[in-house]
Amino acid sequence: MSVVTFAVLAVIALGSALGLVFRKNAIHGALFLVVNLGTVAALYLSLGAEFLAAAQVIVYAGAIMVLFVFAIMVLIPGKEETGPDPRRPYRLLALPVGAALLAELALVVVASRGADTGAAAPTPGGVEAIGRLLFTDYLFPFELTSVLLLAAMVGVLLLARRRAG
Amino acid sequence: MVPETWYLGLGAALFVIGVVGVIVRRNPLVIFMSIELMLNAVNLTLVAFGHRLGSPDGQALVFFVMAVAAAEVAVGLAIIVAIFRLRQRLSVDDLSAMRW
Repeated sequence: MSVVTFAVLAVIALGSALGLVFRKNAIHGALFLVVNLGTVAALYLSLGAEFLAAAQVIVYAGAIMVLFVFAIMVLIPGKEETGPDPRRPYRLLALPVGAALLAELALVVVASRGADTGAAAPTPGGVEAIGRLLFTDYLFPFELTSVLLLAAMVGVLLLARRRAG
Repeated sequence: MVPETWYLGLGAALFVIGVVGVIVRRNPLVIFMSIELMLNAVNLTLVAFGHRLGSPDGQALVFFVMAVAAAEVAVGLAIIVAIFRLRQRLSVDDLSAMRW
């Protein structure tokens, strides 16, 4: 993949992430997040992870974001986060905290560049390899996942139920 | 060919934006979406490392992260809806019942 493609995707991903965090309207934020998830799916594709790219679009951009948009539409009438912020000084602390975290992570990435030598190993064989792995080595966690999803479903039904009286 | 380090850098930047979103925003729904952003950044890092090592294990891990994220979103949104029914307001500053 060319450097130009990566740069374009990275700029879109970072811009949409910033849009999610700094736009006041939650619906705009949700749509920015959809753009971000799609861009990350494209990046997966560029890394040879076709299965994950498809799953990302179906599960995240499809199912999860629809759930989010539903919740926002139901819960937030009109604009949100209006009025003066009662804890503004604390929230402004987020900027130095974020800058420190970014510097730390950048330091780790830059420091690990020295180890980035030698030819890259051959790309794993796409969907077939991950399917084989999921149903052999990771079979038990895979089955646990289905139990987890079932438990979540039952829990959601319980939480969303209207109490009688 | 783009080196994997760039993917790691992009993942780090996305993660930090998610952290700032969790700290700065007042709406629990937006905080939740910022958490999704952080999960995605970590997923991108996992796929990049898997690509680097030439093994599909990273992708299998990302699959499990996606499944857990789906369960987490469903339960979390149900909790937010339940809280909204109770209080009719939606701001994390109001939710201090479990704080000492």
